[in-house]
Order: sequence, then C-alpha cells, then structure tokens
Amino acid sequence: MSKVHVTTSINGDPVEFLCDPRETVLDVLRDRLGLTGAKEGCGTGDCGACSVTVDGRLVCSCLMLGAEAEGKEIGTVEGIATEEALHPLQKKFIEYAALQCGVCTPGILVAAKNLLEREPDPTEEQVRYWLAGNLCRCTGYDKIIRAVMDTAAEMREAS
Amino acid sequence: MALDSLKTDGFKQIGTRPDRPDGVDKVTGRARFGADMTAPGMLWGVIVRSPHAHAKIVKIDTSAAEAMEGVKAVVTRADFSTKVQPAPGMRGEMWNVLENVMAGEKALYDGHAVAAIAATSQLAARDAAKAIKVEYEVLPHVTDVDKAMAEGAPVIREGTAEKSVPEGMHPNVVRYHESGHGDPEAGFAEADLVIEETFQTEATHQGYIEPHACLGTLGGDGKGELWCCTQGHWNVQKVCAALLDLETSQLRVTASEIGGGFGGKTAVFIEPVALALSRKANKPVKIVMNRADVFRATGPTASTSMDVKIGMKKDGTMTAATGVFRCQGGAFPGAPMEFTSMCAFAPYNLAHVKQIGYDVMTNRPKQAAYRAPGSPMAAFAVESVVDQLCNQLGLDPIDTRLKNASREGTQASFGPKWDRIGLVETLEAAKAHPHYATPLKEGQGRGVSCGFWFNHGGETAVSLALSEDGTAQLAVGTPDIGGSRASMAMMAAEELGIPYENVRCTVVDTASLGYNEISHGSRVTYASGLATIKAARDAVKKLCARAAAKWGIDEDAVKWEDGCAVPSGPNAGEHEPMPLAKITAKMGATGGPIVGHFEATPEGAGVSFATHIVDSEVDKETGKTTITRYTVVQDAGKAIHPTYVEGQYQGGAAQGIGWALNEEYIYGEDGRLQNAGFLDYRIPVASDLPMIDTVIVEVPNPGHPYGVRGVGETSICPPLAAIANAVSNASGVRLKQLPMSPPRILKALGTHD
Repeated sequence: MSKVHVTTSINGDPVEFLCDPRETVLDVLRDRLGLTGAKEGCGTGDCGACSVTVDGRLVCSCLMLGAEAEGKEIGTVEGIATEEALHPLQKKFIEYAALQCGVCTPGILVAAKNLLEREPDPTEEQVRYWLAGNLCRCTGYDKIIRAVMDTAAEMREAS
Repeated sequence: MALDSLKTDGFKQIGTRPDRPDGVDKVTGRARFGADMTAPGMLWGVIVRSPHAHAKIVKIDTSAAEAMEGVKAVVTRADFSTKVQPAPGMRGEMWNVLENVMAGEKALYDGHAVAAIAATSQLAARDAAKAIKVEYEVLPHVTDVDKAMAEGAPVIREGTAEKSVPEGMHPNVVRYHESGHGDPEAGFAEADLVIEETFQTEATHQGYIEPHACLGTLGGDGKGELWCCTQGHWNVQKVCAALLDLETSQLRVTASEIGGGFGGKTAVFIEPVALALSRKANKPVKIVMNRADVFRATGPTASTSMDVKIGMKKDGTMTAATGVFRCQGGAFPGAPMEFTSMCAFAPYNLAHVKQIGYDVMTNRPKQAAYRAPGSPMAAFAVESVVDQLCNQLGLDPIDTRLKNASREGTQASFGPKWDRIGLVETLEAAKAHPHYATPLKEGQGRGVSCGFWFNHGGETAVSLALSEDGTAQLAVGTPDIGGSRASMAMMAAEELGIPYENVRCTVVDTASLGYNEISHGSRVTYASGLATIKAARDAVKKLCARAAAKWGIDEDAVKWEDGCAVPSGPNAGEHEPMPLAKITAKMGATGGPIVGHFEATPEGAGVSFATHIVDSEVDKETGKTTITRYTVVQDAGKAIHPTYVEGQYQGGAAQGIGWALNEEYIYGEDGRLQNAGFLDYRIPVASDLPMIDTVIVEVPNPGHPYGVRGVGETSICPPLAAIANAVSNASGVRLKQLPMSPPRILKALGTHD
C-alpha cells in the first residue's frame, strides 16, 4: 500500500513523514519519529496515556490517523519543558510524588497543562473531571490532584 | 536480629522526602518503558490467539502467512522445549508456563496463544497473523468456580490434582489446603451468636497501564539478549532459558522502566515467544501486547466462592471461626487459596479456628499474583461477617476488633506465634482519627475493616561501588515499582554518611549481579533495603581498613562517623577524621576499587496489618455508590520515604475501591471474555474518588536494620470489606458478591427486577 506524505509541526519544529494510511498519530510519533513519550495503554481512547494536543485541543493520539496531522500543530510531553527548565507542573509532579510507575504521567501532564491554559484557577472537581480520561493505576489520584492544584496556585501568583 | 540492634531514630536521611532519581526522566517522556526500545533490523511479532474457551487444536496452517511480503518467521509449540514435562500441582509449574505461553494440544481459554509471526512492520505482522489458519474442535467449557467443581463439569486436564486433594472431588480441584487449631464446634457452642454466610468475588485484573512489551534477540549459538517490562528479570531469564532449552547464563535480561505491575508482571507471557521468533528469523523481535490481549491472556487474580462462619459472645469475644475458600485460577494450578485461607482470620486471636482451601481449574487465563494475592477476598468475607456480628450485638466495630486482635505472642490462625506486630496500633490510631468521630450525613454509611499480608524476603544481591570522587553507584536487582531507587539511595547515604544526591541507584541487568527474586511480596524496601545497608556497611569496613593502613593502626581501631573514618579506642592515636572522598581519591594506589556487596535470602520480613475507615453514599435510584471519605491506617515498621509509603497506601485503597464497586471479568455463555477493554472493565478514574487520607503507624520489624516492613500489598486487603460494610450501613442491604455494581445494588434493594 502506498504511503501518505505528511507535513506537520511537532513541538514547534517542522516535521515531514511518510506513513501507512492505517497508522495513527501515536504510531507515527513512536515508531517513525522516535518520540516515545506518548504511551499506548489501550489503543482505543480509554486511558489517555497517548494524550497530545492538536492545534491546542487535547486529543488521544491513538484515535487520530497520522495522515490527519497534515498542516496541524502537535504538542507532546517532549515539548513541555523548555531548554532551560522544567514546566512548573513537571516540578510539582516530582515533588508531590504524583507519579509512581510514570507511564500515565506524559498523558496526564499534557492534559493538565492544557487545563491550566484554559482555566488557571480550577476547582478540585474541575481537575478531577478534566483528568477523568487519564487512567492512573498506581496513585489513587490524590497526589496528582494536589500537584495540579498547587501548580495552578503557584502559576497564578507568579503571573 | 535482636531488637536492641535496631536503629529506629537519629537518622539523617531516613524519613525525609527527597525527589526520586527517575523523576525528571518520567516527567519529560525520556524514561524508557517496555515498548520504548528498538534495535537495528528489528522485526515486529504478533501472537495468534484462540477465540474458543476450550478447543482441541486440530491443525495450524501457516503456509499462506509465510508466503506474505515481509514475513520472516512463524512459530508454534513445536519451536519450544520438549524437555519440560508436566507434573501434578505446582511441581509442574514450568510446564504450565510453557503451556500458557504457547498452547500444545488444546486451547484452554479465550485468548490462549496458539502461534506467532514476525514481520518487518507491525502492520505486516498483523495482516499475516490473520492469514494463519487454525482448525479447532470446540470442547465443552466451564468458567465458574462452583460449576467447575460440580459433577459433570468438563475436565480441564486429567491428572493435575495433587495427592492432598480429598478423594471423590472433581478432577478440576487440583490442590487442597487445611490449617487451624482448637475445636471450632466446641467454640461455636460457647457463642451467643453464630453467623455463617457465603460470599463471591469476581476475578479482577491488575490493570497496569503499560501492556506487556519486550524486545529479544537470540542467535543460533544460543546466546541472547532481552529487554522487557517485568517485576523480575532473573525469573524471566530462568523461564526463557528453560522454555527454549538455553543455558541460563547465555541470556542477558534487562528490565525496562515498568509501567505498573501489581503482581501481574511477575509472570512470563511474551518473552519466550519473541526469542523463539528471533532465533528462527535471526533478527531482533519486538512484541507489544494490545490491551484486549492483556485482559484476555495475562493473569487476573482468582475469583472465589467462600463460606465463613464466626461465633461471638455478647461482650464481643470471638469464640471460633471456620472458612472454606474455593478459588479458581484459570486453566492451570496456582490459585492462591492457601494465602486466602491463611490470611482470612490472621487479625484475630482465636482459640478455635479452621480454614480449608481448594484450588480449582476452569477455562480462564492463568491467574497471576495481584497485590497480596488471595488476601483481599478472604478479608471481604471475614470482615463482612464480623461487621454483621457487631451490628446484631450492638458492638463498636473497632472496640470489638481490638478485643480480639492478634498481638505479639498470640498464636496465628495459620500456626506460628506472632512476633512483634502492629495490628493493635493501627486499630487504636483508627479509633483516635478524626474521621471515626465525624458524624455521618443523611444517607451515608461508615465501614471499617482490618487486613493482613505476610510480606516476603527472598533471594537478594546488591553491590555498591564507590567512585574516585566520593560518590556511590548502587546496583540493585529488584525492578523499581514504587520509587524504590530513592529508598535504596537513602539507606545507602544514611550508612555512608554522604548526601542522598551522591548515590546513584540503578536496577542492573542479569549479567551484573547474582540472582534477585522478583519484586513481589512487598519485599523490595525490606530485602533489597537490608542488602543495601549491609553492602554499604561492607564498603565502610573496607574504607576503614584503608584509613587504618594509612594511619598504621589496627582496622578495629577505626570507626565510621558522619562520612569519615575516625580513630576509635585508647590505642588508636590522634588522627584527623578522613572523609570518604579522600579515601576513594587514592583507592587505586591503596588496594584498588572499593566495592561493598551483600548476598542472602533474608527471612525476617515483618508481617503487616492495616485498618481502613470508609464513608459511602448509595444512590437508591441508580444503585451507584460514591466513596465520600477514605482513611488508611497501616503499619510500615519504619517509613524510609514517607511520601512514597503514602502513595502505596493510596494506590492500594484505590484499587480496592475499583474491585469493590466496578471491576470484574464478565464471561459470556460462549466462554469468551466480554469486557476486554478499559471502557467496559472500568478502573477508578479521578472523578470517582475522594482524597485518600493516610496514617503511617511505625511498629519496627525486628528483622530489618531500621525496622522496615513491606507496605505495598496490605493496603488492598481491607477496602473490599470496609466498603461492603459502609454500603450496608448506608443502604440497609448487605452485598455478599463483588463487585457491588449498580445492577447488583438495585437488585439487593429490591427496587428493580
């Protein structure tokens, strides 16, 4: 089957790739571009471990075809930290032990960052419902919710 | 180890909360998990699985698949060892694993592997897998534990039963356990109230977010390398070597970062298949399971059917208890019925107690360990009956448990006398917690339960190498499943007297240390921690010897204080303290590298008890249960990194909430798993749960230099019963079958058919 040529942007960098029409954005990121930060936990959009942003919108990259990335701006966990420093969410996640095994962490960070960009002062309930599409089996979510809430408070103070 | 050699205070590192060494890698996406590795020339493997619960494999035709573009190898059972032979019960475990990894004459459950294929891309491999034609002769099947024991049930495998199984039982009953003491009938006669109930729990999956994944390479020369997500890479090495007729040492296994295990990654599923494909194709082969296959073909925990009978006097004294625990663990022996039996009454000091366990085979996937395997189900049954007794006799549930609690010196329900244990302390802390005194709101109910787990030691080897600049490289062999690298580095830093940041702890491959048992049994902080402390002390002894040589005094006249060798005793003379970095800077010229190590099978893993308090609300219209407040009180012995201990408590409670309320394996009449995905097998999400409060009780374990007890597993033991008790209190109906899903609650309430 002939491949599709796609021109897109990932974490601000221009990227071109060829992919099978059946490959997902997640397949392309992981197996063609070496961006293995996004994880495949289910392949059916139920676990959120593959969360990325597409033109600023939170998406399960296992549910979007690689060919659909044409002309889009994709953001992954690899783009959250700057050259100089970790994002405040990343620091708080380590400090609060908001991760244990860490496999859901990339998706949760992408989702949480997207939430704080929309709502800098979320309630606990808002954080819980926003992250309800990101499964974590290790933590019971307690420390994740606290880390996100505290990051939001700190970022509000700093701004 | 005597209690007086315990160090329980005066720590510089222990009890602090430093950042974990793998933190930055895990928040930036750099951490490499099972599926994140590639190799030059790598192929992708895909496994073909049975769609039938029980079927004879008549013929496998691989010719069409092999002719397809990009296909490089196909394997079936014929490509695995013929030396491994079956035997009754757990004596045949290596054969059981082989049979589970790749079916022989019969497919034994929906999802059982029957063939595998390797091709140049994942898509090519998937397409080719569909072209493999398997001819089956479908056989009658059974998936329910009680039905599998009944007369006329299809026999899974004749001749699997151990001799201990009572005569006349169905051949699917393959192992038997009996323990206890006293005369239960006499004890029941002394009781004012005796309650006997039957309970059922469904199989639940560990539900780790990372599917099993591996990358293996194996040459015709019998030499191989394997990368995989596992809780124990030495076990993977041993099993793969046996299943492929290799010499163990010729296979080097590296454990990747592991995306959750909870017992489910103690087993071997895909690794021998990748190696068999690699040997045939002469190229590296990567296999990544999909989620449906994780549910269908990797081990959930056992499902159970249990009868529990307890007698109590009006003052709350328990007079006797008996339990019968029927556990099915799939199409192989191994359901943890002896643990279910032994944990059942462990919290109670009983004069008369007896427990019986049956291991039953069905047409389901081979069960694997799941966090305190077997114990949560037992606690569900026993603690539900204790709650009923308290309710009917008008007794406080915590006071009643305190009255009957196991203590140091009392005889455990399964035999031995208890050493120093912390059950009473957890009950007292629960009673004193503000949660227990807070009035309930209208429509809410409160439940309490205790839980118990043995904890484990196991074979352990650790090595600690000092660097010239005075930093330390700590090599451990137990995959880090909960932040253990931080805890190990803290213990090494504590002994060496150097900053935590100066210790780098690595989980090394099988070529770098002696055998390390799997990260299971809550053993890592206990056993690898003990070995780390002893390895550091070994290094310290060598550091002191270098200082002694420099000073020209006896080695005995040097001691270690705050990271320095210092003279000690009347004949040591006056010498300036010699810091670690000063000794290591010159070590090349003073005797060579300084490495401390320790190898042993530590046997002092202290048992662990917990008490949980939970408040719930039941919506009588929808049957939905909401957990409104949750408190975990558990004995950690000594919390090395308290934040990570809290994380274990919270994680276990959350998994218990899922097990109690939603999670279950659902089989259709056709024996096929109907909910093999996270949409239909619903684990708790963030919006389902409240914050989970924790209290760390510290009753030191005499078997660890700092008093550590494992904490990972006990936290999942009390939730099932604590929630059942809370639901009963809130709704007025007692559920004796898990999960307490909305349909079951509605049925119990009688408001819906």
